[in-house]
Amino acid sequence: MNADSPERAPSDREPREYDDIPGTYVFDGQHSRLGYALNMFCMSLNEADNRDAFAADPGGYLDRFDLTAEQRAAIEERKWLEMLQLGGNIYYTFKLAIFDGLSMQQVGASMSGVTFEEFSQMMIDGGRSADGNRYQHEWDGN
Amino acid sequence: MAEIIAGVGTSHVPAVGAAIDHAKGDQPYWAPFFDKIAPAREWMAQAKPDVCIVVFNDHASAFSLELIPTFALGVAQTFQPADEGYGPRGVPAAEGHPQLAWHLAESLILDEFDITIANKMPIDHGCTVPLSVMYDQPEAWPCKVIPLCVNVIQYPAPTGNRCYNLGKAIRRAIDSWPGDERVAILGTGGMSHQLQGERAGLVNVDFDLAFMDRLVSDPAGQAQVDHTEYLREAGSEGIELVMWLIMRGALDEQVREVYRAHHVPTSNTSNGLIILENAANDPITAPLTEAA
Repeated sequence: MNADSPERAPSDREPREYDDIPGTYVFDGQHSRLGYALNMFCMSLNEADNRDAFAADPGGYLDRFDLTAEQRAAIEERKWLEMLQLGGNIYYTFKLAIFDGLSMQQVGASMSGVTFEEFSQMMIDGGRSADGNRYQHEWDGN
Repeated sequence: MAEIIAGVGTSHVPAVGAAIDHAKGDQPYWAPFFDKIAPAREWMAQAKPDVCIVVFNDHASAFSLELIPTFALGVAQTFQPADEGYGPRGVPAAEGHPQLAWHLAESLILDEFDITIANKMPIDHGCTVPLSVMYDQPEAWPCKVIPLCVNVIQYPAPTGNRCYNLGKAIRRAIDSWPGDERVAILGTGGMSHQLQGERAGLVNVDFDLAFMDRLVSDPAGQAQVDHTEYLREAGSEGIELVMWLIMRGALDEQVREVYRAHHVPTSNTSNGLIILENAANDPITAPLTEAA
């Protein structure tokens, strides 16, 4: 497979020292290359005319972007975590969440697999502690 | 000559802007935060800088993945609030200072900081929320604004050390400007927060408070902290804190911490604010204290 193909799988990553931070998708060059079309679709929603066009014909609007089938499905099904895994960056994918009328806490809850109420309460209680959440090995086996 | 009168570090959380815009400041969720920043607003009202250099990052508003400048300096006459997907924030446009901004551009580039010059750069919450934090809701911003946009979204952001040294170069540029402007520099973003992934919601108060301590007393040491440590300890979006080092670099080596506030949470973020003045200068205000 061509290294620059959008079909390139996330598992083909060259290792980086921050890869052992759990639950974190550092938006480096490898990630950015993978997610270019997905992120540029999201970016386009900054413009009111594009928001209207996407609302009127979601499928037709997505056809304008060179998305992989997986990326397209993740967008259509609003799989916020999967969008990141497929090269999305949160500041870009959040444009789609804004389009849906969602808050960052609602998206954060979805990505971390809890309810909005649980996520919101976790933040009020001081947020997710760094302790136990610095290294992947601290998550393994849980 | 022009003078850097102070530096301010502050988070730029969009929900804070929304709370101000929609008059939610008295609600139980927000009131404790706004109580903490009230003294900073009092300081700002007395300090009255003529110009604020606002160091911030764009969040897929002015710049997309098509073009990713590491440092982009706004030299325009006016900077409009960006449409981030909701329609633009209902805040005033920022009036620029093209003469001083062009002097900064020339001085920085000849000083070997190869910044990008932006004649058109809509400003998103990264720039407008710090202005709201410091000024609340004026009809027009009471200062001219020179936005300095730093890439911290596409890895790698500039290093902390590069940012610190850029701040020093900004100081040299201001010191060599013949005008008499009183300039404040705002370093924005942070503090610890992670918006993305299964680890979303990360907050590290110990890191944040230690960062503020070192910003005051050992900025050169803090500037050596690498990206992986920020990512691991302060969350993927906590790396924005390198922008506070630009602010710090523009101040004297010895500074006086005149105010500090810290609050968790604002939305998904640990929120911090610090005001620093050059220790050699007389204090701008009487001592500030948080409202009881």
